[in-house]
Amino acid sequence: MTEQKTKGFMAWIDARFPATKMFQDHLSKYYAPKNFNVWYFFGSLAMLVLVNQLITGIWLTMSYDPSGTAAFDSIQYIMRDVDSGWILRYLHSTGASAFFFVVYLHMFRGLMYGSYQKPRELVWIFGMFIYLALMAEAFFGYLLPWGQMSYWGAQVILSLVGAIPVIGDSLVVWVRGDYLISGITLNRFFSLHVVALPIVLLALVVLHLIALHEVGSNNPDGIDIKEKLDDKGKPLDGIPFHPYYTVHDLVGVVIFLFVFLTVVFFFPDGGGYLLETPNYEPANSLKTPEHIAPVWYFTPYYAMLRAVPSKVGGVMIMGLAIAILFVVPWLDRSPVRSIRYRGLASKIGLALFSIAFVGLGYLGAKPPSGAKTVLAQIGTLTYFGFFIAMPFYTRMEKTKPLPERVRMSH
Amino acid sequence: MKKLISTLLFSFICALALPLAGYASSGASLEKAPINLQDRASLQRGAQIFINNCLGCHSMKYLRYERMAEDLGIPKKIVEDNMMFTGEKLGEPMLSALNKEQAAKWFGTVPPDLTLEARLRGADWVYAYLTGFYPDNKRPWGVNNHVFPDVGMPHVLEKMEAQMGKEDFHKSMADLTNFLEYAAEPTALKRQRIGVYVLLFLAILFVPIYFLNKEYWKDVH
Amino acid sequence: MTDEPVNHNRRCLLIGVSSVVGALGVAGAAIPFVQSWNPSAKARAAGAPVEVDISKLEPGQRMVVEWRGRPIWIVRRTQEALAGLKGLADQLRDPSSEEPQQPKYATNEYRSIKSEYLVLIGLCTHLGCSPTYRPEVAAVDLGSDWAGGFFCPCHGSKFDFAGRVYKGVPAPTNLEVPPHRYINEHVLMIGVDEGAV
Repeated sequence: MTEQKTKGFMAWIDARFPATKMFQDHLSKYYAPKNFNVWYFFGSLAMLVLVNQLITGIWLTMSYDPSGTAAFDSIQYIMRDVDSGWILRYLHSTGASAFFFVVYLHMFRGLMYGSYQKPRELVWIFGMFIYLALMAEAFFGYLLPWGQMSYWGAQVILSLVGAIPVIGDSLVVWVRGDYLISGITLNRFFSLHVVALPIVLLALVVLHLIALHEVGSNNPDGIDIKEKLDDKGKPLDGIPFHPYYTVHDLVGVVIFLFVFLTVVFFFPDGGGYLLETPNYEPANSLKTPEHIAPVWYFTPYYAMLRAVPSKVGGVMIMGLAIAILFVVPWLDRSPVRSIRYRGLASKIGLALFSIAFVGLGYLGAKPPSGAKTVLAQIGTLTYFGFFIAMPFYTRMEKTKPLPERVRMSH
Repeated sequence: MKKLISTLLFSFICALALPLAGYASSGASLEKAPINLQDRASLQRGAQIFINNCLGCHSMKYLRYERMAEDLGIPKKIVEDNMMFTGEKLGEPMLSALNKEQAAKWFGTVPPDLTLEARLRGADWVYAYLTGFYPDNKRPWGVNNHVFPDVGMPHVLEKMEAQMGKEDFHKSMADLTNFLEYAAEPTALKRQRIGVYVLLFLAILFVPIYFLNKEYWKDVH
Repeated sequence: MTDEPVNHNRRCLLIGVSSVVGALGVAGAAIPFVQSWNPSAKARAAGAPVEVDISKLEPGQRMVVEWRGRPIWIVRRTQEALAGLKGLADQLRDPSSEEPQQPKYATNEYRSIKSEYLVLIGLCTHLGCSPTYRPEVAAVDLGSDWAGGFFCPCHGSKFDFAGRVYKGVPAPTNLEVPPHRYINEHVLMIGVDEGAV
């Protein structure tokens, strides 16, 4: 196969570094299915938000002070004394929530269209590791403002570690580096949040994309576009990612930015869900806030934790809820990928799962009550039921015949 | 096109849901405080009340005199002459001269810094608190408060309330609440102003980007 | 989807417009990041002008205050010191203060607003040590030609009673005069220019 030779400057580069080859392999000659719909925007949006967090995070680190005595003050310093500091802060705080919003929808797409099925199991697994790393990143980051919610949220989560039998208590002291959550804990969480986890996240994103490009993207019809090639060996239902999806994703970016920046500039508190009210008070180890709740993106798991009467049991259920996501590629026995061609059982299952997840999220944000605990238990059972029953209903249900070619939505 | 519009609508509704969520969970129904951050005269009156009556015990350590002067439109000289009594410089933060140990002895606790109070409690609560003192001879200072039961603070503004009468006092408390709301986020108005330009820009940017996408996708069948 | 041929002109135009508007957006987005590097309100407050009461300064005495982390010298020069400034021109590198080491109002022969009071930034223009004050004429270690002034012990630079640098020493320029003005007879303000509010 004859490669087109580049001229001049690019020729000099290409003789020493595969620049043009990489551009072709991953953009201009990388074929993606032509029937992507709205659900396929969230991957590139996740990358956009990651870049936002990295850049605003770097800038915030320039003015933030990670000591127990000055951390809270340094946030106000950024908000008031640093020129345009308030923009940087709101971009970062809103961005954290936007990250989870986008990632949850991105994951939902995967569930809906069976994107985790062979040969994309590894794409899904890397994605799950990214989700784990993201949750850790958010957890460490939330301590940094050193407000009441930061402190007591961390206190609650760390005490869960203490639930581990035998080694639990020593482990908590080891994580904290002190006998209570203190400036020592803050300092190490700062390092993990600013240095360690961003590196891990970036590495995982690269692996995620390499794995994806190795096998090519799935699509809303779940059929393999590589099975029907034209006389040049290119998928009939594929189009080069660049320019078609680069310009397409730009539309998604502009719409997303419109919504995102509306929140940043007009509702940065998010009604108490993006910047939580108790955090406007400095951390006080002697005074517990009336109502401790994790940030909204953790509330589904928090609801599950509280639904189980035993502390150890609750921690285990919480861990299992995330662990079970890793093995979805093997729980799903359906011969078809996409929900479009699956039977009623899968559709009902996914619908119930979504309702349960959102419902659990709502319950996790509220103070507990008898009735709410029962609802949370039902929600938890539904959540697990979706996965546990999956090997059965996916194999038994009647699926629709797959189309020969992809269906364009417009 | 239909998908596009429904996507836009969906995302916009999502964005609007957030403040609505806030109102839904606000619990006890408090009277809406008459806040207007654009009313500079009110903010100036509120600032003067705070400095004359509150700053003695409550610091506002995140707010600098110079910044307050700029934002409220008060000439620097007037701030220096009428609002600064302890020899600090204009660029310095508004600190209280109260001795912390004495405060702990007299009040049982150090009076908290109030810069962020309006964001911590909400402006409605602050207004209700300021107008919510009533006589209670079971309490050490002889007063109690409707929204802060068994509060440790005396009714510092008792004389002011008696002199002004209820209606005017409430107007003054609105000014003070307004000032506290400003102090909690001095950049609020600027934020909204810039936000309008940002959204306007994005609306303009959307046009060529949308047609660029449409143009390229003519190739795809 | 149409079967018309690719309209290159239209594509070029759309790419062009998108790129220009997009670039404006990127530039706009960069503004807060660049602005955040400006001195913050905290830095501006710490670097604010300093008021100095000079009423107790005796003739021949030097006082030192701090402004923006730098030592500021205020020297009340005697008549002899002022007289000694004349006739030094050919020993000095920049006798007429042509280098931009002082505000306009200090480019006179005394390098000050009032001849009696000299205001200088007390850092040697060689490598930043703080020179010693040597008012005594013909000091033993400085030679019989010494007309009084400032001597930097680090590398031997010498400055006269107006802060002007001598030839043949490592320092390249005269000692810097900071912006300053007199609020009244007794109070000097370092950090604002003469004529500024």
